[in-house]
Amino acid sequence: MTAATDMTSLPAGGMVTRRAPKAGFDRLFRTASFTAALLVLVLLAGIMVSMVVGGWPAFREFGFGFITSTVWDTQNEQYGAWPAIVGTLSTALIALVIGVPLSLGIAVYLTQLAPAWFKKPVSTAIELLAAVPSIIYGMWGLFVFVPLFAQYVQIPVSNVVEGMPILGTVLYSRSPSGLGIFTAGFILAFMIVPFIASITRDMLEQIPSVLRESAYGIGATTWEVVRHVLVPQAGVSIIGAIMLGLGRALGETMAVTFVVGNANRLSASILDPGSTIASRIANEFNEAMGLQLNSLIALGCILFFVTFVVLCIARLLVSRVKRY
Amino acid sequence: MTTSTSASPRELPHVPWGRVRQGRRSADRAMKLIATGFTFCAIFVLFWILGMLVVKGIGGLSLATFTQVTPGPGSEGGGLANAIVGSFVLTFLGIAVATPIGVLAGTWLAEYGRKSQLANLIRFINDILLSAPSILIGLFVYVILVEPFRGYSGWAGGVALGIIAIPVIVRTTEDMLNLVPSPLREAGAALGAPPAVVITSVTWRAAKAGMVTGILLALARIAGETAPLIFTALNNNFWFSPSLVGGVSNLPVTIYQFASAPYENWQQLAWAGSLIITMSILVLSIVARRIVAGGK
Repeated sequence: MTAATDMTSLPAGGMVTRRAPKAGFDRLFRTASFTAALLVLVLLAGIMVSMVVGGWPAFREFGFGFITSTVWDTQNEQYGAWPAIVGTLSTALIALVIGVPLSLGIAVYLTQLAPAWFKKPVSTAIELLAAVPSIIYGMWGLFVFVPLFAQYVQIPVSNVVEGMPILGTVLYSRSPSGLGIFTAGFILAFMIVPFIASITRDMLEQIPSVLRESAYGIGATTWEVVRHVLVPQAGVSIIGAIMLGLGRALGETMAVTFVVGNANRLSASILDPGSTIASRIANEFNEAMGLQLNSLIALGCILFFVTFVVLCIARLLVSRVKRY
Repeated sequence: MTTSTSASPRELPHVPWGRVRQGRRSADRAMKLIATGFTFCAIFVLFWILGMLVVKGIGGLSLATFTQVTPGPGSEGGGLANAIVGSFVLTFLGIAVATPIGVLAGTWLAEYGRKSQLANLIRFINDILLSAPSILIGLFVYVILVEPFRGYSGWAGGVALGIIAIPVIVRTTEDMLNLVPSPLREAGAALGAPPAVVITSVTWRAAKAGMVTGILLALARIAGETAPLIFTALNNNFWFSPSLVGGVSNLPVTIYQFASAPYENWQQLAWAGSLIITMSILVLSIVARRIVAGGK
């Protein structure tokens, strides 16, 4: 296994005449590839530094209040991140609540239930769901899902829950347009499903079949095998896969921008329009100047640190699954 | 009780006497039903999206779509020619930036760094970049390339797409090189070839198909990226200047701007563009998958 390291110390033998130019190429190649590898570290560090530096004027101006303030007023140059942070977290949470059961169901179906000939096409279809560009999900959401959702879910639900305690606040929408936090979360769910499902599938496939067979051998049903053998075995890495999906959901931009409604206010209802960090940046960036621009980059900085932590945890838990 | 409904070949041979309590049996049935239902639900959504694109997009496809430039506000007709060409230019610029860096970095991880601490750190960071939100990469390139030069440019767009592609290429290159058996390298070394020669003319050649797949997957990944382009290449309704300075029209941002515009021809073009871009990406991903399957 140590061939490459040993090779450097090999005597050049009969190749004395050609030694000098080769050695030069060798050193050059080694340095070039090392530099390229270091560039990966530099990129991440660069993103971190540029976010902090670009957002610094906003952090300095508003201090900790930047995070907690709910005002986003371009006229009076008052910027607070709280509605966008809440929007980001709640859309991601809704996406997980819908997406995780879906993904786990798909992973179980693919590894335990699907007939052999059917596995490949289904796997491909699920993975193609990941290849569809984010903006196409946005188009589908805005032009197909939103009208249906408004007519068949939002209006009836609002009529039913109106005046009820708690539910009347959380599920009531003042203007049933179909746009809102819930819609964004719903679309996000389908965008993260392929990631969670395919990692979980890989995990379940790696579990030695002896374990499954012995569980079946003592008379367990398929559900019991999944529940008591497979899930505990894959446990931590499934959580890692979910965190990876969460990382995707937090930073997803285009699809959310189309359907979230882009309201600057914070609303108590999940059916009302809101905004996320990413959608607000995408919406306002090109017209922004001065402090507004800095505040948007500062929002990006918050998003960076949140996703960085989530993705770190995810990667530690999944630890090198084969993924592209 | 002789039930033969749930006995698929991979389960236990069916027990002729009923010992599975009703509750357990129904829980099992319910789980199977739910898992199958969820799977078909996801597949249904995929075909729903594709169907929507075909139904709404096919009407916008005509010769003019590929030959005329994007129309200005309120003007009639128009096509997507500049956006399509712009997308090609930006995507290939991105791949041209990412391929040498990604391949070399992946090579270093697989051949030189191996299990050293630095290599593990780079792997970890690369995995994080792999799933980092693309909007942040757009902001980063805005801060380093757009703001200092006071203007949007195709170069900045290409670099942003390149940064998104790099981790994909690093990861696949390393994975593919790790599949090359060590005796091949040792045989090269035994002939007196220095490591760089062994890598370039033995290991790379053995892993070529897989490495090309990685680049194709990266291409599929960046072809539809929208968010980073909003901050870097932006968009416009004209042919961009060959120097790529100033806004460079491209499909994703055109779709974004046209989709919810009040002009009917803009909306039609947005659907046509969506159809073109999605189909290209899906074909690209399927081709890439085929290469992997064929290589094994």
